[in-house]
Amino acid sequence: MGFDLTPVLPELFLLVAGLVLLVVGVLTREGEAARVVATLSVLALVIGSIIIAASDKSPQLALGGHYVADGFSAFLKILLFVGAALAILLAQGFLHDRRIARFEYSLLVLFSTLGMSMMVSANSFLALYMGLELSALPLYVLAAFDRDNLRSTEAGLKYFVLGALASGMLLYGCSLVYGFAGTLSFDVLADAFGAATAERPPALLPLGAVVGLVFIIAGLAFKLAAVPFHMWTPDVYEGSPTPVTAFLATASKVAAAGLAVRVLMHPFGEWTAQWQQVVVLISIASMLLGAFAAIGQANIKRLMAYSGIGHIGYALVGVAAGSERGVYAVLVYLAIYLVMTLGTFGCILLMRRQGQYVEQISDLAGLSRQRPMAAAALGVFMFSQAGIPPLAGFFGKLLVFLAAVEAGLTWLAVLGVLSSCVAAFYYLRIVKVMYFDEAAEPFDTAVHPAVTGITAITALATLFFIVWPGPLLRAAGAAAAALVR
Amino acid sequence: MSLELFVFYVLAGVAVGAAAMVISSRNPVHSVLFLILTFFNAAGLFVLIGAEFLGMVLVVVYVGAVAVLFMFVVMMLDINFVRMREGMLQYLPVGALVGLILLVELGLVFGTWALVEDVTPAFPAPAPDQVPNTRALGQLLYTDYIYLFQAAGVILLVAIIGAITLTLRERKGVLRQDIGRQVARDRAATVELRKVKVGSGIQ
Repeated sequence: MGFDLTPVLPELFLLVAGLVLLVVGVLTREGEAARVVATLSVLALVIGSIIIAASDKSPQLALGGHYVADGFSAFLKILLFVGAALAILLAQGFLHDRRIARFEYSLLVLFSTLGMSMMVSANSFLALYMGLELSALPLYVLAAFDRDNLRSTEAGLKYFVLGALASGMLLYGCSLVYGFAGTLSFDVLADAFGAATAERPPALLPLGAVVGLVFIIAGLAFKLAAVPFHMWTPDVYEGSPTPVTAFLATASKVAAAGLAVRVLMHPFGEWTAQWQQVVVLISIASMLLGAFAAIGQANIKRLMAYSGIGHIGYALVGVAAGSERGVYAVLVYLAIYLVMTLGTFGCILLMRRQGQYVEQISDLAGLSRQRPMAAAALGVFMFSQAGIPPLAGFFGKLLVFLAAVEAGLTWLAVLGVLSSCVAAFYYLRIVKVMYFDEAAEPFDTAVHPAVTGITAITALATLFFIVWPGPLLRAAGAAAAALVR
Repeated sequence: MSLELFVFYVLAGVAVGAAAMVISSRNPVHSVLFLILTFFNAAGLFVLIGAEFLGMVLVVVYVGAVAVLFMFVVMMLDINFVRMREGMLQYLPVGALVGLILLVELGLVFGTWALVEDVTPAFPAPAPDQVPNTRALGQLLYTDYIYLFQAAGVILLVAIIGAITLTLRERKGVLRQDIGRQVARDRAATVELRKVKVGSGIQ
């Protein structure tokens, strides 16, 4: 194997950009540094996406087989880079208003994105773990970024402690798989656990490897914030600065979901029966908890936490299908989820009264009269998240449920539909509060153009997805085909 | 009894004894000292099985850095260790039960241990009797595992950035040495010549 670095180009570029921007941030004058580094970080992420879009999509191994670049990783990386760039743009006004604008924010997002991109390209358990840690460590710091705020530091500490526990479980699972299979490489594992060939009898999955797999799923479920590993989510989402919550809820989840799909479909692809029941259980529990626990929430960030748990449950329905159709549905779902959620957080960032960010659901009252466009955008996101046609969110759910029905999991799809009916209640309640409740105080009229722009674009994308769904569906189809060979 | 076996029992015995002292001694400083003794003996065990690199790293990292750091923490923070241990007897039965159950479960899993047939290791390691293991580790670390090695480096860099982000504060009223300013000072900015009349002071 030669030492070809071409497949790793996006990561290398992001790494070098991060290191250069660190120096730029330190050398630039204090008042300017945050803005300059943020702009350059967004630029770096955009260039990174272009590099990926232009790269060869055929599967390529690199760096001793620990790294793989294929259509699947390319699709997810572009999602991640775009999500991270939008998270940086969303944050600037907020950080400035809260007087915590420092250039480290953009850098940490950049390094975390680098870690996520390594996660979705991992081709061995070691690479998986390294990517996971690199993506998680900046997130712990970001959660506590508003360091003089008690809730923010509490969120950071909680996330850190529970994240360390999850890493421990994941590593324990990896070591069990290694102990019973003798290798960490996904390719070799897929080969060893693979289907029987002419010269070889059918492989056996040792009990220890099954136990290891369960531990790995548990570790990944923590990153996904899936039930029963979701306990940290509401507190961390509520305490973290809002743009950080947006990043946590989007890019971090997308990367973990991509990783979970790769681990389950590639090395353990022949053993769907072994992991399907675990994934189904996690999926049902997440959907139900996401639907019922969100009803009583008064804080919109906490509500988004439970809504995110529910969404991961729906995405896992597609994973549980264990087929190419399932992977395809998951990828489409994740892309739509990313856009909707970023837009929703854009709307939350638009809610300000007398210079203070408000985040109670009751604070939304009267939004429709004072800020009709913002209310309309939030309405679109809420209807879309509830899965009401013809908005984008409906198609994500439709594809996921179709994949489940095709895989013979009709009852799971039925449960999903029922729980999304329950979830529709609290999404619609927000619309009701916006349009029919009397406002107490006026909202601030001064807005940050970046936040408004992102909200408008994501709202339009959600609204008009039905008109031009081709590009996303084709890209997701190619990505799924690349993984399930 | 061969010499090797004798050395093993001495090292292992001292290691276990010292480890028991770590958790049972009343004085936290003694605990840390016993911890260092445990590390040394564990390093000796590594050397005994031919893993001299791990032995060296254990002494350098754990004794040189971690244990000394512990010592600082123990001496600088006023922690009442006696009070921390108060509930220990109370929780002991439950803790022991959980530990026992876990042990039995692990035993059941490992009882079925059998390596998957004909797996070709993806990252072959050189046989230990051909190269000294320090060189073997180096050869692997900087070739097949360069990706992970560099990734670990980036993680450490992020840890530094994170630590600085969360803790560095610009404090007012702290006197810092600024060499640039010191060098750039000239006489005119600091010294003033005044004619002082006899019998009056300087305002």
